[in-house]
Amino acid sequence: MPTKFNFFAKLLMAFAVFVLTFTAALAFGAADIGLNDIRLALFSNVSNDAISVIREIRLPRELAAILVGAALAVSGAIMQGMTRNPLADPGLLGLTAGANAALAVTLAMIPAANYFGIMVACFIGAAVGGALVFGLGSMKKGGFSPFRIVLAGAAISAFLTAVAEGIGLYFKISKDISMWTAGGLIGTTWGQLQVIFPFILIAMIVALLLSRQLSILSLSEEAAIGLGQNTNRTKAMLFVVITALAGAAVALAGNMAFVGLLVPHIVRAIVGVDYRHIIPMSAVAGAIFMLFADLMGRTINAPFETPVAAIVAMLGLPFFLIIVRKGGRTFT
Amino acid sequence: MVRLSAEHLDISYGDRTIVKDLSLAIPDKKITTIIGSNGCGKSTLLKALTRVIPHQAGSIVLDGSDIAKENTKKLARKIAILPQTPENAPGLTVGELVSYGRFPYQTGFGRLSAEDHDIINWALDVTGTQFFKYHPVDALSGGQRQRVWIAMALAQETEMIFLDEPTTYLDMAHQLEILELLQKLNQEQERTIVMVLHDLNQAARFADHMIAMKNGEIIKAGTCDEVMTAEVLKTVFRIDAEIGLDPRTQKPICITYNLIKGA
Repeated sequence: MPTKFNFFAKLLMAFAVFVLTFTAALAFGAADIGLNDIRLALFSNVSNDAISVIREIRLPRELAAILVGAALAVSGAIMQGMTRNPLADPGLLGLTAGANAALAVTLAMIPAANYFGIMVACFIGAAVGGALVFGLGSMKKGGFSPFRIVLAGAAISAFLTAVAEGIGLYFKISKDISMWTAGGLIGTTWGQLQVIFPFILIAMIVALLLSRQLSILSLSEEAAIGLGQNTNRTKAMLFVVITALAGAAVALAGNMAFVGLLVPHIVRAIVGVDYRHIIPMSAVAGAIFMLFADLMGRTINAPFETPVAAIVAMLGLPFFLIIVRKGGRTFT
Repeated sequence: MVRLSAEHLDISYGDRTIVKDLSLAIPDKKITTIIGSNGCGKSTLLKALTRVIPHQAGSIVLDGSDIAKENTKKLARKIAILPQTPENAPGLTVGELVSYGRFPYQTGFGRLSAEDHDIINWALDVTGTQFFKYHPVDALSGGQRQRVWIAMALAQETEMIFLDEPTTYLDMAHQLEILELLQKLNQEQERTIVMVLHDLNQAARFADHMIAMKNGEIIKAGTCDEVMTAEVLKTVFRIDAEIGLDPRTQKPICITYNLIKGA
């Protein structure tokens, strides 16, 4: 089939762009590093200052960018399909706010919590936030409508954000919390990556396995049941996947608005509406997007860091407007 | 012969009971049309019979087993349902949408087999939508889109097809086109068709069996001559109808009607 071939060609091209961006992200920054050092750092045991910078600082940081970008993009894509709402993303549906609130609670109650503990707290928080939104959005009989869920998401997110801020002020830990949530990818360690990588990997694999189900579900709930899908089971599994992805992303980089919303729309414009194509492409595109945003954050005002969240928003908006204007193959 | 039947069915949305203590049998390999006023529970009944929504009491039995306990994927190989005004599917091509009809037969990642492609092409051919295979669904007209959704239901290769007002929003010629297509499928391939229709004359013209509903109850079920009577229409629609015989089809036809005042 021509469309099949097209998709793999597109994925391959995206992957090439990804490798280029990754290399550039390793090479450019406050410390100047040559391509040869990157090669040595990745594929040898040789060591010098530049190589150490790559291995201990840039490599974990860029890997984190890849993971966060891919996780947010894929969870955003899944949410948009599940709720049939083009505005759905981990931020809108209460997951990031939930994870932030849980982070605040954990930092306040258990100051000695280690990274694994914080990550578990983020998962739980994301799940609670998401469950509140989905619960509130579907309280009226007849299931969640794409519109009610946005209202529920806005309300719950505002509430959970207030909780996080209240805790921050009361326990005088606002700075710790904002260091975590606004700090982005700065100071990511190999230890953190080791804890988080398996979660994201497994969630991604499950997302891929469910992608065909998601395509059907994104059509309409009734059509999905009519075609023989156990929609309750599919939705429950997808919910676990998006919770794991969003929770892991917050634990790694804090709240990164826009990626989950934006990337799937760009991807739809390229590969169409089949989630078997959208999900893998979103993972790659999300990774490229975050790598690029982080690279910009590190270089436009070097040696000072520009917050990556700001870069994401600056990069995202024009892209988004183009997509909205182009319309066509995305949501209408 | 009957394969699908319901006994003492209760269906409700939240606290609101839509259908109460309803029993029916769907004759096999026939066309059944359901008529009734707005909000009488026709669509609700259709959804419950195809397990799209759950029922609260009673049972729906297909081939001797309760559909509530049946595997939903297995059911999807026996019953296809075309919902009322199917959701728009932006970006999807006609071929892609029709290929979703093969979902109940697929496992894993769902690569389409040669057989799947044959069936998809057949469904596109009989519904006259082959030409649009690579066109986006949302670029089609209402009638074309409706035929594409019917093609998807056909690709499901089920012996029973349920349709909720398949002719809404179509002009007269396109309405007839859809109904004749369904009739052809029934006559040539012995598929059981169950549909909700608003137009009484069309319902009578294409049905072997008719069901008239009001307030979640069946007022009358039977042949067209039994259901299309002034008496039944008076109860169901509060209209005073003049029933005649269609000179071309020999089916009962509502020639003219008045509202019953003060009823």
